[in-house]
Amino acid sequence: MTTTPTAQAVPLPAPHSSGCPFAPPPAYTEAAATGPMTRADLPDGSSCWLATGYAEVRTVLSDRRFSADVRHPAFPLLVPGSRETLVTDNPSFLRLDDPEHARQRRMVTGDFLVKRVAALRPDIQRIVDEALDRMTEGRTEADLVTEFALPVPSLVICLLLGVPYEDRDRFQFLSRTLLSRESTMEQLKAARDEVLEYLRTLAARKREQPEDDILSRLAVRDDLTLDEIASTGVLLLIAGHETTANMISLSTALLLEQPEQIARLADPAALPGAVEELLRLLTIVHTGLPRVALEDVELGGVTVRAGEGVIAMVSTANRDEEVFGGPDRRPTDELDLERDARRHMAFGFGVHQCLGQPLARAELQIALETLFRRLPGLRLAVTQGEREFRTESFIYGMRSLPVTW
Amino acid sequence: MQVSVDRDRCCSSGMCVMNAPAVFDQDDRDSLVMLRQAVVQPEQFEDVRLAAELCPSGAITVTEDGAAGTGA
Ligand code: HEM
Ligand code: SF4
Repeated sequence: MTTTPTAQAVPLPAPHSSGCPFAPPPAYTEAAATGPMTRADLPDGSSCWLATGYAEVRTVLSDRRFSADVRHPAFPLLVPGSRETLVTDNPSFLRLDDPEHARQRRMVTGDFLVKRVAALRPDIQRIVDEALDRMTEGRTEADLVTEFALPVPSLVICLLLGVPYEDRDRFQFLSRTLLSRESTMEQLKAARDEVLEYLRTLAARKREQPEDDILSRLAVRDDLTLDEIASTGVLLLIAGHETTANMISLSTALLLEQPEQIARLADPAALPGAVEELLRLLTIVHTGLPRVALEDVELGGVTVRAGEGVIAMVSTANRDEEVFGGPDRRPTDELDLERDARRHMAFGFGVHQCLGQPLARAELQIALETLFRRLPGLRLAVTQGEREFRTESFIYGMRSLPVTW
Repeated sequence: MQVSVDRDRCCSSGMCVMNAPAVFDQDDRDSLVMLRQAVVQPEQFEDVRLAAELCPSGAITVTEDGAAGTGA
């Protein structure tokens, strides 16, 4: 039997509050306070479940009775009317189930091995240093988002994919257009077509003359078309660019509010743990991770029926006091760089858990450590109220962050 | 403590390598999990338990043997 929760259905996606800009929308935290499973209303008028508890989110993301297949007619969509485009668009493996998901994911896992990413660290360090050189040369003020947070992950992906140096400016411009909310529909479509065409041509060239990069490794396989290679390239670009960029800018903005915690970044033994805590607290996928139940599932005191949608709210799960709190720790809605945050689900959980996580960790560790080491006087160039956050986007983040040093 | 891995389930997240690098590795050929050592040392028990708990695809199984099982 389904228990009816006392709380009202939460409208999705819920608006951010005018309070703490680093917190998820208050409607989600309020729902979490009433119980681990709540009803929610989708923009198209249908309803679904909101899983907010730590254990429940973990189950939704890892139990095979929940599907990530966007072609399922009841898959919960936060953008009304997007089903047609998503379904006809040949969904990437992010929105497919195994075995098809595993088949496609395994084609690129080799490039994200922990040891492969470790070997890339000197290259990432160089990219970070060069971005800072350009940002600071002859200037005392800059927008950290456009001059540092966005270019670093973009240049790292260019390196991984094997985009030649001379094409990087164009590629960066296109990927920015593709990811910008200010782009018009025509600009978006044109940018997407150009990126796909560019990657197809590049992959064809690499097929003849393979080099040591992802596109070459995909191009020399005989079971992949150039179209498939290009769309995998675009998935890596989209999944790895804005996410990492927003983590860099939000982390910087938050640390500038709490300068006493910045020193921990300089301790190599403490840096990885500090980055896990930033990932936990900021959990930038504020809108949650959508799934649909394939069978009836008893979960958190309710029955989720087959064919019902569930949104796994990693942001509230990552603030669970029982998992992340402690007598000598700050409350879980605050930053505490000494916290053991390793159980966070900012990269998701289950077989879709972020493929790029070793890379994202290396980029964040190197970018934040280097930024605060090289610019010890870093501070906001505007008032706190003038910082611009991206409240309407799926990936939470910052539009701009003017800084001086 | 006994630890075993189910390579068919592994999604190559790398979480185990991060949480218990002395015990887990990723295979160069297929990117799937590999055990570095057959026997887990007592000082590694805690890391291995965490690695099993945080494996996103449930590919790591830990069997505690009576004597060492109360270590956590
Ligand atoms: C801090 C930065 C990042 C965050 C917070 C993040 C977060 C996530 C999350 C939550 C998922 C799971 C989505 C779901 O289950 O529905 C995911 C999947 C994915 N991420 Fe990331 N990501 C980051 C950086 C990256 C980078 C740098 C790359 C690669 C260059 C990347 C590539 C991917 C891919 C390919 C998937 C799909 C995996 C699958 O479905 O099997 N991500 N990411
Ligand atoms: S944590 Fe699990 S899924 Fe990830 S690499 Fe290790 S065994 Fe594979």
